[in-house]
Amino acid sequence: MIEFSNYDILRNLLFATQWTILLSLAAFIGGTTVALTLTAMRLTRNPVMQRIVKIYVELFQGTPLLMQMFLCFFGLSMLGYEISAWGAAILSLTFFTSAFLVEIWRGCIDTLPKGQWEASRCLGLSFLQTLRHIILPQAIRVATAPTVGFSVQVIKGTALASVIGFVELTKVGTMLNNATFEPFKIFTLVALIYFMLCYPLSLYSKHLEKKFNVSR
Amino acid sequence: MLYFSDLLQYSDVFLSGLKTTVELTVLTTILGVVLGTVCATVRQYGNRASQRVVSVYVELIRNTPFIVQLFFIFFGLPAIGVMLSPWEASMIALTINLGAYSTEIIRAGLASISKGQIEAAKVLGLNFRQTLTRVIFIPAFEKIYPALTSQCIIVMLGSAVISQISVQDLTYAANLVQSRNFRAFESYFVTALMYLGLSILLRFAFNALGKRLFAYRTSN
Repeated sequence: MIEFSNYDILRNLLFATQWTILLSLAAFIGGTTVALTLTAMRLTRNPVMQRIVKIYVELFQGTPLLMQMFLCFFGLSMLGYEISAWGAAILSLTFFTSAFLVEIWRGCIDTLPKGQWEASRCLGLSFLQTLRHIILPQAIRVATAPTVGFSVQVIKGTALASVIGFVELTKVGTMLNNATFEPFKIFTLVALIYFMLCYPLSLYSKHLEKKFNVSR
Repeated sequence: MLYFSDLLQYSDVFLSGLKTTVELTVLTTILGVVLGTVCATVRQYGNRASQRVVSVYVELIRNTPFIVQLFFIFFGLPAIGVMLSPWEASMIALTINLGAYSTEIIRAGLASISKGQIEAAKVLGLNFRQTLTRVIFIPAFEKIYPALTSQCIIVMLGSAVISQISVQDLTYAANLVQSRNFRAFESYFVTALMYLGLSILLRFAFNALGKRLFAYRTSN
C-alpha cells in the first residue's frame, strides 16, 4: 500500500483543482454563449421564441443538475451517442448555467425603463442600434455583479461532475479518502480549496454591487 | 429506441423514492427556514461577536459545494466520533445548507424594515420580542417570500445528491432501476420529469401558502 503524506494529499488536490477551474471556465463560457443567444431570442418579442426560452428555463431550472448530468452521460450513451464524462459535464453545466443566466439578465434588462425603447424608436434608431447603444451599455453595468455572483454557483456545480466519474477536486477527494481513510482531513481540505476559489468571487460580486449602487 | 413501458413494473420503487424526497424536503424546508430566521435575526440585531459567527457560517456554506458538505458530514464527522445514518446526515446537511442561504435572504428582508417602525413600536411599549413577531417579521417575510421559496426549491433539487450516500430518494430509485433494466435514458428522463413536477407543485403550494400568510393585505 502506498503511504500518502500531507504533502502528497495537498499536491494531488491542488492538481485536481486545475480541472475544477478548467471545467468551470468551459461551463461559464458555454453557458454565457447560450444565454446570450437565448436573451437575443427573448428580446425579439416573437411569442414563439419567447415561449421556447421560457420552456428551456423552466426545464433546466426545474430539474436537478445531477439528473441532467446523468441524462447527458448515461442517457445519451444508451441512445447511441458516445460521450465522455468531460463532454457530459460541460454539456449539462452549460444548460444549467445558461438557464440561470438568462433569467438573471432578463431581470437586468427589465429594470431599464420601457420609455427608453420608445424614445430610441422616436429618434429613428433600429432595434439593433437601440440594443447596441442604449440598452446593453446600461444592462451590462447592472448585470455584472449578479453574473459574477452566479459564477460561484457554476464552480460549485462542477463538484457534481465527480458523480459521473470526471476526475476533479471532489472526485480526487473521495479517491484519496478511499486510499488514506482520513475523511475529516481530506474533506476539510477539499472544502477549503473550494472556499478559496469561490469566496474572492463572492466578495468581488458584493463589491461590484456596492459600487453600482453608489454610482446610481 | 425508447421503451418507457419497461419502467412500469418499477413504479413502486419510484414512488417510495419520491416519498423520501418529499419527506426530506418538507422537513428540511421547515428546519432550514427556522434556522435561517434565527441566524438572520442574530446577524441583524445581535452583538458584534454573534454577528461574526453567523457571517462565518453563512460564507462557509455559501462558498462550498453541497456535495462536499454532505461528504464532510457523512464521512468526515465519524472520524471525530459523530456517527450519523445516511438519512440523518442528509437531513442535517440540507438544513444547514438552506439555513445559510435563507439567512442571507431573510436578513435582506429585516434590513428593509425602516428604523422608524421599530422606534414607533418601542414608543408604543412593545418589547423586543413583540416588536420582532408583530412589527418586523411579517412585512419582512412578505418582501423576501419569492426569493425564499425559490431557494427552497433549489435545495429540493439539490437533494438529488444525497443518493450518493445511499439515501433511497428519487435519484437513488432512478439509479437502481437503470442498473436493473439498463434503460438509463428512460429512467433518468422520467425521474427528471418527476422532479420538474415536484418543483412546479412546490411553487404552487408556496404561492397558496403565501396568500394565506400575507392575507392581512387584502383583508383591510
